[in-house]
Formats: sequence, structure tokens, C-alpha cells
Amino acid sequence: MVKVMVYPPTSMILADLVERKGHEALVVSKEVRKKVDTPGLDSPPLNMTTEDPKKGLKYAAVDVPSGVRGRMALLGPMIEEAEAAIVIKGDDCTLGCTGCARTNELARFLLKTKRIPLLELEYPEDEVEAKRFVFKIREFLEGLS
Amino acid sequence: MIRIAQLSCGPEYSGVQGELQKAADMVGAELIFPEVSLEDVMNVEERFGIEVASGDLNLAMARATRIVENPDLADAVFVATCFRCAEGAIVRSEIRKYIHENSRIPVLSYSFTERTTAETLLTRMEALVTTAKFKGLLSRERQTGLTAGIDSGSTTTKSVVMKDNEVIGTGWVPTTEVVKSAEAAYNAALESAGVKREEIQGLGTTGYGRHLVGREFGAKLIQEEITVNSKGAVFLAEAQKGEATVIDIGGMDNKAISVQDGIPGTFTMGGICAGASGRFLELTARRLGVDITELGKLALKGDYQKVPMNSYCIVFGTQSLVNSLSAGSKPEDVAMAACHSVAEQVFEQQLQEVEVKEPVIMVGGTALIEGLPRAMEQLLGMKVMVPHYAQYIGCVGASLLVSGLVED
Repeated sequence: MVKVMVYPPTSMILADLVERKGHEALVVSKEVRKKVDTPGLDSPPLNMTTEDPKKGLKYAAVDVPSGVRGRMALLGPMIEEAEAAIVIKGDDCTLGCTGCARTNELARFLLKTKRIPLLELEYPEDEVEAKRFVFKIREFLEGLS
Repeated sequence: MIRIAQLSCGPEYSGVQGELQKAADMVGAELIFPEVSLEDVMNVEERFGIEVASGDLNLAMARATRIVENPDLADAVFVATCFRCAEGAIVRSEIRKYIHENSRIPVLSYSFTERTTAETLLTRMEALVTTAKFKGLLSRERQTGLTAGIDSGSTTTKSVVMKDNEVIGTGWVPTTEVVKSAEAAYNAALESAGVKREEIQGLGTTGYGRHLVGREFGAKLIQEEITVNSKGAVFLAEAQKGEATVIDIGGMDNKAISVQDGIPGTFTMGGICAGASGRFLELTARRLGVDITELGKLALKGDYQKVPMNSYCIVFGTQSLVNSLSAGSKPEDVAMAACHSVAEQVFEQQLQEVEVKEPVIMVGGTALIEGLPRAMEQLLGMKVMVPHYAQYIGCVGASLLVSGLVED
């Protein structure tokens, strides 16, 4: 079993494909769940606090907007943990969305430069492309040891 | 309850959503998030005019279109994006303009960091709620009876007494202990008006110390500066009808307010550094060895282009000041360069966020430093008006508005 980060990291479709092949999908909902389940003084709904953008300083400098650093406080540890990654380019918000394009650029860059097995795919435009899309993901996942 | 629609990107992930909520609670407002369909977001370019790469900004624009199409959804709009995000700044500005041009709903635009607290937002939220809630009171154009105002500012405390639409007494002291300074300024205003305190029918307070002073003196109106400064400015400049822009460069922060028929519409309040405030001019006057009241006249004789100066940061500004004097620059050129630099910071950081429409009215004590309105005129390419009693604008606005409560 390999820890596979999917991008966009909110994509349940991609997470499902990963888990069907017996791997562990690293998705942002699990990170958010940890924040909700871990007892603390944080406030709902996301349980993010002003400490999170500071944790994000590990991945982005202080002059990077706080929203990017806060998101990186969630995504950064997932990227560190990832042993493989599936990154979708040209996706629309129906596949999954972090809300911030700058965060997407940084997270994708960190995944690409991590030297782990990486599958980059364009978002499918029609049914034929969608079938090829799923096939390539399956093939990639089967190839992971 | 006033419903403020929040159109934003990033406050949850910056950990400040709780602070936004707290600020809204403190002013008795409710933050709402207008519902939109997926189709609204996917077709945002068609409906709003642009589409950007960040999903949350597209969602904010989709929400803006919903509000314009259904103005009953919200009483006011709060647009917020991360500080230092270029994409966010563009969208924030376009949403503000879009709401302003297509509805009568007041808009507040703000860029936050993880250090934003409810307290820093309070004055802005209070002004937004007042604008939405008290349009009747704000449309008041005449002061009636015998009323007074106290403006407890960060640097100075001012007071006026007004009778039948005229200022009849003024008082001014540097702010030290808030209540004691208010007492001194109020007493001075009463004395110059020849009026006893018990004769005053209503008192209004404003400025940073407004709550403390208001409680201490039993004020009938305790109001933030955005609202009272707008009213005071258009009253004294005799520009109560139509459009106007009010610029107040204060000792600690600056305000730029777009006013329509005496009621504030969009506004910004800020000041990244003391280099963009009256503090820098105080420092310049001290370094030049002139009284602050003489700095403006000296500046009018100078040419800012002869001295390179950038007071984006007060430390850099001071370095420019010291270096230019050491290099033999003339005091009048340095004085004008300092005025130009402060005006330039306000122009670049704040005036881009409001619709600058004539008449442009400069108020506050700094408006009396003649070089500053001159520098602002050069930057805006517009005539800048400094009304009589410009330094008492907050007290005049408070005194005018409280007379409406006395009548009621």
C-alpha cells in the first residue's frame, strides 16, 4: 500500500480510484477531520486558527498571503507524507477545489519536485477522454509497489 | 438585525473568520453568505465580466451578482481578501465597483492578514452598519438647538459647541489621559461659546476614545469617525447634496470616504505605517526646527521634485529626510517632499479603493498643513477643498447628528 496524494486534494472521485486499488489516498478532508476530532480550543467550522498561517511559513514566505499559508498548513504535511501523487491539470471546480490558485501552483510545484512517482493528467473533455483518464490512473496505481 | 453579506476569499484558512464574526456580533449585525448555484459560478464571466483562476474569488463574484439581482438579500456588503494577493485585490476592487454601480447597498472592502482582529475591524463594521441602518438620521442636513461634540482622537482631542446650525465654541488639546483630555477640550469649547454644560441638550462623541468618553459624559450619541467625519465634512463644505469625497489624514490612521448626499458609501480606513500619517509631518517639522503650524507654509515655497523621499515606511522616510538635509537640500523643498510623500501614500494605498469624485474635501488637523492639500491636488489633478473648522470635523458631525436625536 502506497500513500498517494491526489490533486485537487478535495477530489473524492480521485480518492475513490486510489482506494479501490488498495492504496491510501491523501485528501484534505482527512486533514480537516483531524482538526475537528482533535480536542482543542479551536473554533468551527474549519477549526483553522491564526496559528495555521504561521505553520504554513514552513512552505511559503511571510510575504505570501495568509490564505495560502493557512492552506499550506493543511496541504504541506500531506505533501511530505506522500509516496506518490496524481495531479490533474486544467480541472474545473466540479472535480475538487482548494479555492486559491496560488496554493494550487505552490502545492503542484512541491509535488513535482519531490521525486516521487507522479502522474500528471489533463482533465477529460468528453467520455472517450474520461475512459482513457481512468485507465491511465488505474495503470499508474497498479504500477506502484 | 442588519445582514452583511460576506464576499471573501481566504479568511477561514487565515484563521480569522471567527474575528470577522465577532466584529459583526459586536455591532449587532449578522454575516450571511448568499447562496449561488454551481451554474452561477461556472458562468461568472458571462454575468460579472471576468473569471479568475481562484475558485473562491469566482464564488465571491457569483455572490455579488446574486446580491445585485436580489438587493433584498443583504443590507450591506463586506468584501475581504488576503493582504498581498494581487488576484484578490483586483477582484475585491471590481466587486466593490460592481455593487456600488449597480445597487444602493453600502460596501466595505478590506484586506486581512492572520493578525486581523475583531477590534481592528470594529470601526469599519460599525460604520457599515450605521450607513445601512440609520439612513434617516444620516440624511440630516441642519443642526438644531444647542448641542456639542467631542472627538477623542489618537493625537488630539477636539470639542465644539453648536447652536442653530453654527459653531459657537471650540476646544482643542493634545490627547494624554483620554477622559482628562476630553474634559479639558469640552470645557474649553463651552467656555469659548459662553455656555454652561447643563445647558447642552445633547452630546455626541467620536474618535478612538468615543466609548469611554461617551459613557463618562453621558453622551446621547457615540459614533465612529467614518460617519461623523462624512457628515461634518459635507456640512462645513456646503456639499450636502450629490457626490463628494472626504479625505482625513489622521495622526494614527487615514480615512477616504466616498459620500453621496451626505451619506458615506464606500470607504477605506487604514494606514500601513506612520509614514503615511500626520506623525511623519510632525517628525519632519521637528527635524526642520519649525512649529507644525508653520510646516505647511514653508512647504508651499518648496519643490518636492528636488528631494527624493518615500515615506512608505516611517524609517525609510526619516532616512530620506536626514540624507536630504545632510546633502544640503533646502528646508522648504524637504517640507514639500514630506507633504507630497504622505499624500502619495494615501493616494496609492487608499484612494484607489474609493470613487474619487469632486468636491474633494480634506479634513482633520493635517488638512491645515497647507502643503498637504496642495500635494493631494497635484496627485489627483483635482481641486481640494479645506473647509473652515477642518480640524473639528468629527465634533461638528457628532454635534449635527446628535441634534437629530434630541429632536426625536
